[in-house]
Amino acid sequence: MQRRADRDDFIIAVRSALLKKGTQQKFSLLALIVISGILLSLEIFDNRYLNFFRSAVKDVIYRSSFVISAPSNIATFSFEKVTNHFGIYKENELLREELEKYKNEESQVGYLQTENKKLKESIEAQYSFTYEPIISKVLVDKGSPFLKSVIINRGSNKNIKKGMPVLDKTNLVGRVIDVNFFSSRVLLLSDLNSRIPVIIEPNGYQGILVGTGKEFGELKFLQAKYDLNFGDKVFTSGSDGIFYPGIPIGTIDLDKDNDLQTDKIKVKYYSDLSQLYLVNVLKIEEEEKGLAE
Amino acid sequence: MRLSKYSLFQAIVKLIPLLVLFFLVFSETDSYFTNFQYFSFNFVYILIFYWVLKSPEVLGYGFIFLAGLVNDVVIGLPIGSSSIAYLILAGCAAYIRAMTVHISVLSDWIAFIPSVAFTNSIYFIVLSVFLEIDINYLSLLLETAITIIIYPLFAILFNIFRDTFFKTYA
Repeated sequence: MQRRADRDDFIIAVRSALLKKGTQQKFSLLALIVISGILLSLEIFDNRYLNFFRSAVKDVIYRSSFVISAPSNIATFSFEKVTNHFGIYKENELLREELEKYKNEESQVGYLQTENKKLKESIEAQYSFTYEPIISKVLVDKGSPFLKSVIINRGSNKNIKKGMPVLDKTNLVGRVIDVNFFSSRVLLLSDLNSRIPVIIEPNGYQGILVGTGKEFGELKFLQAKYDLNFGDKVFTSGSDGIFYPGIPIGTIDLDKDNDLQTDKIKVKYYSDLSQLYLVNVLKIEEEEKGLAE
Repeated sequence: MRLSKYSLFQAIVKLIPLLVLFFLVFSETDSYFTNFQYFSFNFVYILIFYWVLKSPEVLGYGFIFLAGLVNDVVIGLPIGSSSIAYLILAGCAAYIRAMTVHISVLSDWIAFIPSVAFTNSIYFIVLSVFLEIDINYLSLLLETAITIIIYPLFAILFNIFRDTFFKTYA
């Protein structure tokens, strides 16, 4: 008897929670869950009209998000400006030192350019890349435990396509993964799903840079024996055929206590991926030039 | 005259949880607080669970559904996944409201634990089916644990807010 009463209570509570509209509720919870399920299943279908609808909805939401975030962004930006102002003297000193260093290195560049030209001539065919940067503004940069991505204000209206590399000044920060009419989503290097084929200079080792969800990446699939040093530079290798080779990414960064010959090799990105504001999306055309040319 | 002034004030105050919910999902504000390495929690879950449990008229299911859709678009998840999670959590809260006679922060907290665990289980299943991405389950487990641990603090704050504004002008 008691068991039956308990079962009745349970059924009444479930019905009241899911089926009835309840206190001032206009929709039934179950109906909304079913609608959510239908929307989710529609994600599987790649239909032209559905994609059109999705793009329009996403564009509207991204723009709204940009407007709603504006006051807090302005406050953060102003605070950072004031903080940076106090560090200008120190920064100036550092820049002077760096300038001296680069002046010394400049003499080496001419020699390396000539050497590079000769080496290219010795290869049967060479590839040259012509690229056009599309300057874009970061509209939304919302933290998520699932995806490390940002929304930029350029889309298919500016001929942006999936897979295009995205640079902060001259450094790689990610690639385009989703394109709408007036906006696109960029998957950052720090995302767990980011995989970029890279080359490490000066030794020329090749590997894959994997995102960790944190402010550093991890090198994987290196050759069995390698000799890496703190500060070695990491560039795109271009072996995926998507990115052109030689885009700077970051440097090898290891804690002093860590042994270099361990499985985890950290890469410190040149750009701060949490502070992106203006980025360049590269439209690339690859041309093969024979020696005859 | 005085009565209508209070009604307007009360109507505005009652909108605050809804406005906070939409601000969190729309804006760049990190509602997961992922900037702190080991301290991230899902504030939206706390907000939905508390208000559906205590004052269901404040957060309508339709708005919760819409907030989920917006969250999916802004974060870049399959559209509908957050809506399902939010609505399931709202369903759990509504079920507990229908079942519970004696209400206290402690009993709410205890009920919050299986509710969040169930909601996140469904959420992660949905994500693994519809989104081919790597998920750091350890950090998500940590996030779930901190969301549960921190719930009483927000429940007390929301109780004070409710007692101050809702009952005074009721």
